[in-house]
Order: sequence, then structure tokens, then C-alpha cells
Amino acid sequence: MERYYQKEIETLPVEEIKKLQSEKLVKQVKHVYENVPYYRDLMDKKGVKPEDIHGIEDLHKLPFLTKADLRDAYPYGLLAKPLKDCVRIQSTSGTTGRRVVAFYTQKDIDLWEDCCARAIVAAGGTEEDVCQVAYGYGLFTGGPGLNGGSHRVGCLTLPMSSGNTERQIQFMTDLKATILCCTPSYAAYIGETLKEQGYKPEDIPLKAGIFGAEPWTEEMRRGIEETLGIKAYDIYGLTETSGPGVAFECSEQTGMHINEDHFLAEIIDPDTGEVLPEGSKGELVFTSLDKEAFPLLRYRTRDICVLSRKPCSCGRTLIKMAKPMGRTDDMLIIRGVNVFPSQIETVLLNEGYQPNYQIVVDRVNNNDTFDVNVEMNPEQFTDTVSGITEMEKSLANAMKTMLGINPRVHLVAPKSITRSEGKAVRVIDKRKLI
Amino acid sequence: MSLKQLTVFVENKQGALVAITDTLATHNVNIRALSIADTRDFGILRLIVNDNATALKTLGDEGYLINTTDVVGVKIGDEPGKLSKALQVLDENNINMEYLYAFMSRTEKHAYVVLRVADNAAAEQALEKAGFHLITDADVAKL
Repeated sequence: MERYYQKEIETLPVEEIKKLQSEKLVKQVKHVYENVPYYRDLMDKKGVKPEDIHGIEDLHKLPFLTKADLRDAYPYGLLAKPLKDCVRIQSTSGTTGRRVVAFYTQKDIDLWEDCCARAIVAAGGTEEDVCQVAYGYGLFTGGPGLNGGSHRVGCLTLPMSSGNTERQIQFMTDLKATILCCTPSYAAYIGETLKEQGYKPEDIPLKAGIFGAEPWTEEMRRGIEETLGIKAYDIYGLTETSGPGVAFECSEQTGMHINEDHFLAEIIDPDTGEVLPEGSKGELVFTSLDKEAFPLLRYRTRDICVLSRKPCSCGRTLIKMAKPMGRTDDMLIIRGVNVFPSQIETVLLNEGYQPNYQIVVDRVNNNDTFDVNVEMNPEQFTDTVSGITEMEKSLANAMKTMLGINPRVHLVAPKSITRSEGKAVRVIDKRKLI
Repeated sequence: MSLKQLTVFVENKQGALVAITDTLATHNVNIRALSIADTRDFGILRLIVNDNATALKTLGDEGYLINTTDVVGVKIGDEPGKLSKALQVLDENNINMEYLYAFMSRTEKHAYVVLRVADNAAAEQALEKAGFHLITDADVAKL
């Protein structure tokens, strides 16, 4: 039987959710307009007043906020409460520019932790469970968010933070952790380490995992589920709106329910900003309906995804978002076709390669060239040229099936792909189109 | 009976090959024979050396893609027609060949041929039956 953390909200009829969102939006726009001069200027420039917003049908009239606005307004420009009312900050890693610092009142923290608690209960968590939180603690929202959610559910919480895999495994096995919360890549790593140490899935006490904070594929999910012997649930969030728990997966595992009572979602055309109908693929935009200290209106996430109101077998009526397919800033248009690096990654994992690759796009005689360099595993290396060219051909065919266009695949030596500050450079676009 | 060849993946860029031979020289590994298969993007370097273990470790530690391949080493008299005879033996026994390369002995009047065939055991058996002498890693180390 499906269990809910806040059943009434999670199963509220759609019309009532929309009514609730409309009421909250009207209040929130007023709060922001009165307290955030930065956003008031944006609204004034667009000629919109709080009185023009009567409900969610008027949302499209409001200006967007982007990552660039957050940088411009750093650190206090988007703060809507006096600092004396704020109790916490969290921050992004700052890998793509200046850090984002988000502020929280106690109520903001409470609602955020409720969202994480909904995710834990949807993954089968109860007060009987032992929840190992192996997300980083500190400025990163992962650890604090799931930690708070785990407390609310009443799980015995193991505040491990990330890293020190030996210690993770020791606590997991000694204290019989039943739920693991971390990034999917760390879950895969813990799984591999357990396997190397001779643990079979049935020897591992875990039953569920809540994994997020980075892109991962269905293939990765299956791999983790197999090695750990668990059911793996996706969770979505971003520091700008709160942290993990903006959306979470249920037992159906076909997308994540957005906590719509707190976060109003839209899909827009990333080029025109036009709102797209349900079911369209586009950029995900969030409006925080309840945030007091750092209430972002129409924040462009740059994540490309699809929303769906199709009824869910879990009984939740909250709208579902598909796993983001990529980011607007990642998407490449090659020979007129949209290509996301995540699609290349899926093919590589399917074909038995590590996702270590680099896409090189250029334009020669007005035609796009599309090359993919892929690091070979040592065990795939053979001593004949024909052996390697065969592998390249079969990989190129698999990519063509996925993308619809034909890349040239080049197998290269392990660790030979350029890494900048530890992160591999995935895309080199040499076309000078702008 | 076994002769091990080292196979190294070489990226097609300047200095790639000299970096490998330098590493081997620094660690006192002597190259007895080599062959390179090259394409536009990469090369496959095949080596017969006097000390496989050291070569594998040092090149492996430096991040090279390297493995060993079982090949057949045959001693062949240094006179016209001897290689043909060995190849005929393989042909008669329907043994397919991927590639071969050869090197000379410094002291004896002999050539050595390294053969990469589809079926090592069958090739070794057929060549020995036809009177050829096969060489092993131990022989190469002594050369």
C-alpha cells in the first residue's frame, strides 16, 4: 500500500492544487514586489504590477530570472526578508561562475525538509528505517536537505556526509542502513566497492536509495539497483529554489512528482520564452510559492524536460517531470538535429564503455562535422587495426540509431581526454556561428 | 611454447612514439623487434622485448594502453626461400594470418619471424612437424 508523508496535499485534486497555487502566487508576487527592488525593477520595466496577477493564468506576464540575475544580485540583491529573520544560507559549488547564495528563514527550512520527507516516504521510508545520508554536508544542499527530511520521517539518521567509502560501508553494514541518500555516481562507486569486497546484493541491508544532484541515466539506475539489490529513486532540486525535494520519484519510477504546492512549474521555449503546452519538451521554469527569504519568481533552470499530468499509479496528483534530458547550455544543434551529451552517454553505457568521451563539432565547407572521441577500456584494446575500427563502426551505428545523425567515432587511450579542474571537457564546438 | 608480444596503443601525435621508446630505454628494456600498424588516427605498436614484466609495468604506470598478445616465434635460416616454406606450412594447414614481422639475430646466421595467427597451437604444431624451431620468451631474453 502506498504511503504518503502529507497525504492530503500529495493527493489533492488537480483543480484544487491550481486554486491553491493561484492564491499563493498572488501573495508571493506582492511580497517580492514590496521587498526585492531588483525584481521590482524588472517588473516595472515590463510594465507589470502586482495587481495584474490574479492567479496562475497570469504567470506568463512576469519577467524571468536567470542565473545571470543571481550573479548580478549577489549576495543580498534578491533577499526578501531582513537578515535578522534568516537562519541559514546554502550555496552552489560555483563551478559555472559565481556562487549562488540562497537564504532561508526557519519556515523555509521547515517546508524544504517536508519536501525531502515526502521523497523518503515515497521511497518506502518509515520510522523503522535507518537512513544513511552520504550527500555532502555543509554549503551543499544535499546533506542538510535529506538529513532534515530523514528526521521528519523519524528514521534513524546516519549523517555520514560524502567520501570515506570504507567508513560508509562499515556503518552501512554494522548499523544495517536501509536507505541510502547520495549522488548516483557515489552510489555506483559504493556498490562497486561492496562488490569488490565480496558482498552480494542479498548481503547488503539497503532496500532503497534516493539519488540525485547530477544527471544519470536509466542504465545507471539499473546497474545500481542490481549491485546494491535495492530500488533506486530519483530526486530533483536546485539550491536556487531550496535544494533537493523540489521533485521526487514514487514507486512507479516514471518521472518525479513536483511538490506543486510550493513550486509552480512551467515549460518554456528556451529561445522565445513562450510558455509551451503540457507534454512539450522545453526549459523548466520554477516559481517558489512559499519561500520567504529567497523567493524566486519564474527562475529559468536551464534544464530541458517534459511535464505530464497523466494519472500515476501511486495515487499522487502532483504533476510529474521527466528526468531532465540535458541543459539548454549543453544542447548542440548538429546538421539541424538537437544533440544532448547525455544521449551519447546513454549509448556508451549501453555498449559497455565508460562515459568518458568528448564531442568535437566543426564546420567544413558549410557542413557540420561531428566527431566523438571515446576512451577505450584496457580490456577492449586489441592488437589489430581491424578490431579497433570494427568497434568504432559499431559504436557509430549505435549513436546514429539514438541521434538520427552519423558521428565519426574515434577510440582513444584511457585518460587522454582533456580534463579541466578534474571535470572532463565534454563538448568542443569549433563552429564560429555567432 | 609461448612468445609474448607487447601491444601498445599510440595516439597519432608528434612525439608519441619517442616517449614510449624513451621510457623503455630509461628502464633498461631492450627492443628486439617491432612493427607498427598505423591509421589516420592511431597506431598499434607491437614489440618483442627482453623484459616483458618491466615494460608492462613502466608503460602501464605511465597510463599507456598496453597488453600482451600470444604470438608464434619461428627461427628461420637466413637464406632465400626459407620464409616461403614456413608460410606454406601455415597455408597447407588452413591457418589464417593477421600479420607478421621479422628480425635478425646478431650472432647466429638466423632470422626470427613473429607470426600472429588465428590459432597459435595449430600453427606451432604444424611448424614443428615441418622441422621448424620455435622460440620462447626465454630465448628472446637471452638474445
